[in-house]
Amino acid sequence: MATTREIKRRINSVKNINQVTRALEAVSASAVRKSQAAVLASRPYAQHAYDVLVNVAAQHTGLAPHPLLQVSPTVQQIGVVLITGDRGLAGAYNSNIVRRATRFVEHYGYPTRWITIGRKGRDLIRRWIAVQQDKDTAPAFLKQQEIVAEFSYLPADPDLGDIAEIAHIVFDEFLRVPVDEIFIAYTNFINTVTQQPRVLPLLPLRPFEARSAEILELVEPEPEVRHRGRDYIYEPSAQAILDEVVPRFTELQILQAIRESLSSEHSARMLAMRNASESAESLSEDLQLEFNKVRQLGITSEILDIIGGVEALKQSDG
Amino acid sequence: MPIEVEVVSRVRQLYHTDRADMVIIPGSEGEMGVLPNHTPLLTTLAFGELRIVEGEDIVSFVVYGGVVEIRPHKVIVLADEAESGYDLNLQEIEAARDRARELMAHAPAGEQRAQIAQELRRTELAAKVHRRVQSRPQQRIRTLEDADE
Repeated sequence: MATTREIKRRINSVKNINQVTRALEAVSASAVRKSQAAVLASRPYAQHAYDVLVNVAAQHTGLAPHPLLQVSPTVQQIGVVLITGDRGLAGAYNSNIVRRATRFVEHYGYPTRWITIGRKGRDLIRRWIAVQQDKDTAPAFLKQQEIVAEFSYLPADPDLGDIAEIAHIVFDEFLRVPVDEIFIAYTNFINTVTQQPRVLPLLPLRPFEARSAEILELVEPEPEVRHRGRDYIYEPSAQAILDEVVPRFTELQILQAIRESLSSEHSARMLAMRNASESAESLSEDLQLEFNKVRQLGITSEILDIIGGVEALKQSDG
Repeated sequence: MPIEVEVVSRVRQLYHTDRADMVIIPGSEGEMGVLPNHTPLLTTLAFGELRIVEGEDIVSFVVYGGVVEIRPHKVIVLADEAESGYDLNLQEIEAARDRARELMAHAPAGEQRAQIAQELRRTELAAKVHRRVQSRPQQRIRTLEDADE
C-alpha cells in the first residue's frame, strides 16, 4: 500500500497538470474568438472577386485563358497544400487532416508534391512517405511522394503579406513545374465542437464546373451567380482584369483556408484541454479519497498501538 | 436614383452606402466620374484617390490598385489595399516618404528598386490626398458604422 506521502505527491502533480490544461484552455478560448473574426473579414472581397471572375469568364470563352485557369488534358502529377498546426495538444486535429489528405492521395493515385504549412503536418507526412517507401506492396505513385516546401510558425493572425511566399510557391509549382492540379487540405471550422477536415481543388481555377461550387465554399457558404451574360466594357482589357483578379482570388482562398484551420485548431485544443482538465479533476478527487483512507488507517493503527502499550503497562504495574 | 457603393479591400470591408450621387474613380486608364445609369464596365485601378459624393459630403479613400465593377446602380471597388482618407496620419506618411527617398538616393537595383519606387509613389499619393482632404471645407468623417444606420 502506498504511503500518504507518495499519494500526496501524486495529488500535487495532478493538480499542476490541471492548472496547465486550464491555462491552455483559456488561451485557446480567446484565440477562437479572434480567429473567427478574421475568417469573416476577407469574405466580402472574395465574394465580389469571384463574381467578377465568373462574369469575365462567361463572356470571353474565346479568350486565351489565364494561365491559372488552364486545365491540362492529362494529369501526370498533383500538388497538395496541407494545412496543420505547429503544436500538438489539440486532440485529433492534426492527425485527422493528415489522414484525410493521405487517403485522398491514395485514392486519387498520382505522384504528389506536398507543400506543408505547420510543423505537425510536415512531420506526419514525412513519416508517412517513409512508410510508403518501405512498403513493398505500395503502388509506384506512392513511392513518388515528396515534400517540396514547408512553412511553419506563421503569425497567430496571418494576413496576405504572411502568405505571399506560400502563394508564390503554389503558383510556381503550377506554372513552371509540371504539376497539373493543386489541391488544398484544410480543416473547415463549423463550430467550436465540430470541425471538418476536407480536400478541395485549388488550381486550375474552374469558374463553371460543378466543383467550383466547392471552391467557393471556402469563401462563402451559398454561392450565388448573379447577372450572368451582361455585356461589360473592359478597361484596359478583359485579359488585364483576369490578370488582376485570378491570382488575388487564389491567394485569398489560401489565406481563408489557413484562417479556417486556425479557428479549428484553437477550438480543438480548447476542447481537448477542457477534457483533460476534467479528467485531472476526477483523478485528483480519487487520489484524495485514497489519501484519506490511508491516513485514517494509519491513525487507527497508531491508536491500537497506544492502547496496546497502555494495557501492557497496566499489567506490568499490577 | 442614387448609386450603391461598396468599397472592400482584400482584408476587410471599408465602406458601404446606397445614396451616392457620383463616384470618382482612379482608373488605370484615367480618372473617371461615374453617375447613375452608367453602362456596365470593369476596369483596373491605379494608385489614387477614390471619392464618393453624397449630397454635400465627399467621402475619400486612398486606393492602391485593384478592380472596379460598375453596374447602372452599383459600384463595387475591389481594392488591393485601401484606407480612409480621414485616417491618414501625415507624420507617419512623411516619415515613410523621407525614408523611401533616402533609400532611393542610394541607387538600389532590380526588385528592391521597384519596391522602393512603389513605396515612394504610395507615400507621395497619401500625402497629396491628405492635403486635399484637409483643405476641403465640408469635412464630415463617415465610417462604415454610420452608413449602416
